[in-house]
Amino acid sequence: MDSEPSNKQGPASTKIVIAGGFGVGKTTLVGSVSEIDPLRTEALVTDESEGIDDISQVPTKHTTTVAMDFGRITLGEDLILYLFGTPGQKRFWFMWDDLCLGAIGAIVMVDTNRLDEAFSPLDYFEEKGLPFIVALNQFDNGPQFELDAVREALALPSHVPMIRIDARDRESAKTALIRITEYSLEQLASQVPVG
Amino acid sequence: MEREAHLSGKHVGDSSAPSAVRGFTITRGRTVPRVELPFEATLLVSIPSGHRAEPTGPAAQVLEVCDRKSVAEVAAALHLPLGVARVLLADLVAEGHVTVQRTLTRNSSIDERRDLLQRTLQGLLVS
Ligand SMILES: Nc1nc2c(ncn2[C@@H]2O[C@H](COP(=O)(O)OP(=O)(O)OP(=O)(O)O)[C@@H](O)[C@H]2O)c(=O)[nH]1
Ligand SMILES: [Mg+2]
Repeated sequence: MDSEPSNKQGPASTKIVIAGGFGVGKTTLVGSVSEIDPLRTEALVTDESEGIDDISQVPTKHTTTVAMDFGRITLGEDLILYLFGTPGQKRFWFMWDDLCLGAIGAIVMVDTNRLDEAFSPLDYFEEKGLPFIVALNQFDNGPQFELDAVREALALPSHVPMIRIDARDRESAKTALIRITEYSLEQLASQVPVG
Repeated sequence: MEREAHLSGKHVGDSSAPSAVRGFTITRGRTVPRVELPFEATLLVSIPSGHRAEPTGPAAQVLEVCDRKSVAEVAAALHLPLGVARVLLADLVAEGHVTVQRTLTRNSSIDERRDLLQRTLQGLLVS
């Protein structure tokens, strides 16, 4: 098929998914590393879609939308990395299958004030076998926890990388991108099924 | 393991946005793209050929703006929901108007994955 170039080193694009609860800093992270201002798109949640577990939660019964912000980083001449940030409630899971298709992996952002908002995205990525790391976004007023305590509270297996970041800081946000890419490579090497 | 015990009842998205109204009526209700097309995939418009009928309507609008843009960028540029843009673009791919640059897909081999991951890591480390 002419839509599938055969040159391994040819122009390509890829993506990392940024997930987490409302206001946890997803758009901030995308914005601090992106070469464009984060662009907003939306995905439709319709009542025909599978996976809506509680339609009564959706404001208009037939269609509502969920925001997906994305940014872009050009890595050399031939490679573009996209970052997609989106909330992780379970009723959006059907859409995540699309979003995660082809992804390197995911960064689950966690605010220590509201740990429970990370449960749903963590469950999703575990279930799908998509590599993910957990990034603790330190808010100024948030309680300071040891990473180990958070790992326990989130019931995270020991092999899942955890880091602290400040999503507002470019270098800090970049470490999260580097870590998930490294981890995804490690997972590949150990033959764990991906995506 | 199921961590999520309950749904937060918070309002999501903005249902008054115009694209919510337009929705999948543009695709006559089709939500499934004819070819697999990740949101980050970059489109390239093919040289027009006499063998292909030029698209009309929304597909023509999409064709006009999509060259060297990703599916997500096309959606943002035209204020279309991602899924709608993807169905329209996948039609253009299936009909030969547009080709797609490399991405990871369901069918990518381990070697292809490793290659793209390594290129990404190298690129991030020097960026
Ligand atoms: N102190 C601190 N504040 C942050 C950090 N990251 C984000 N914020 C602030 O938190 C607020 C919410 O950040 P957003 O990036 O909009 O969060 P979001 O996850 O995109 O939110 P929604 O899209 O509404 O779910 C903003 O006011 C940010 O400035 C961080 O690392 N530290
Ligand atoms: Mg946001």
